[in-house]
Amino acid sequence: MADQNALFEFLLRMGDNSLILGHRVSEWCGHAPVLEEDIALANTALDLIGQTQMWLGLAGEVEGKGRTADDLAFLRDAWDFRNLLLCELPNGDFGRTLMRQFLYDAWSSIMLARLIGSSDPRVAEIAAKASKEVAYHVERSGDTVVGLGDGTEESHQRMQAALDYLWPYVGEMFDGDAVDTAMVKAGIAPDPASLREEYDALVGRVLTQATLTNPTDTFHHKGGRTGYMHTEHLGHLLTSMQWLQRAYPGATW
Amino acid sequence: MSKEWPLWEVFIRGQHGLSHRHVGSLHAPDAEMAIKNARDVYTRRNEGVSIWVVEAVHIAASSPEEKGPLYEPSNSKVYRHPTFFDIPEDVGHM
Repeated sequence: MADQNALFEFLLRMGDNSLILGHRVSEWCGHAPVLEEDIALANTALDLIGQTQMWLGLAGEVEGKGRTADDLAFLRDAWDFRNLLLCELPNGDFGRTLMRQFLYDAWSSIMLARLIGSSDPRVAEIAAKASKEVAYHVERSGDTVVGLGDGTEESHQRMQAALDYLWPYVGEMFDGDAVDTAMVKAGIAPDPASLREEYDALVGRVLTQATLTNPTDTFHHKGGRTGYMHTEHLGHLLTSMQWLQRAYPGATW
Repeated sequence: MSKEWPLWEVFIRGQHGLSHRHVGSLHAPDAEMAIKNARDVYTRRNEGVSIWVVEAVHIAASSPEEKGPLYEPSNSKVYRHPTFFDIPEDVGHM
């Protein structure tokens, strides 16, 4: 049996990614540039929150302390979160939001495809359900990146700026540590570094079509998935996401 | 050039065997995105198994002003309805 602490950590990473990004995307609700995109973004956010319920629900089960997905989402503080830094970055303009979405969706689609073969049937089941949603997300965000990148002079310039800003947060997806080693050993999840080649091929194909130039700088920020150090943005996000449960503990509706 | 995306009419087939029905319209830059937008706007509650989109400008429509000459002549032609046949009871509701 796999190390339960490591499995708990791994599940938090999966669930916190979709929770934090889902919340970020939901911030667009009612603000997107056109109605169609507004609804599409809300759908994506809801899909991500749905995935969160599955990942964090299982995390709570594995932890065995009686915490529910809601407890984990609303009653942890910033240092307990294990999401990639990329997911907590502010939305910026519409272009940056969609670039962030594509960079995440590309990774997520590859990761979930691998997790379908997980030795843990609960993980495999969640991955199978989520991968159908993410297959659509990556197609949509990829198309939008191409549309805006290969669009007007202004949209191209905004997309290139978004890529330059976000690229240093991509490398963290492929970092590994003792948790990952334990997951690989138990056959539960792949070595993060093993996704890189497929990721670069997928992202490279879309960026080329979008006439965007991939930054060559290899430096990357880290500290999100390990919880070592989040960006300043996460605390602000949690303040708005968690305030109701913090102000009115146990409130339901 | 207009800065607005063109308007598309959306048709969705609810089930296999039924025909596509007009459900509404939306804006999108091209046909592919129109289908994606239709998926997001009109099939959120499991409404469809197939989507058609057509750019609204390509739909030729009859003019409301001509409704007199177009439709009224058929008002008085009841013999075009097959209501003069006796249907055997065994056939049931048609």
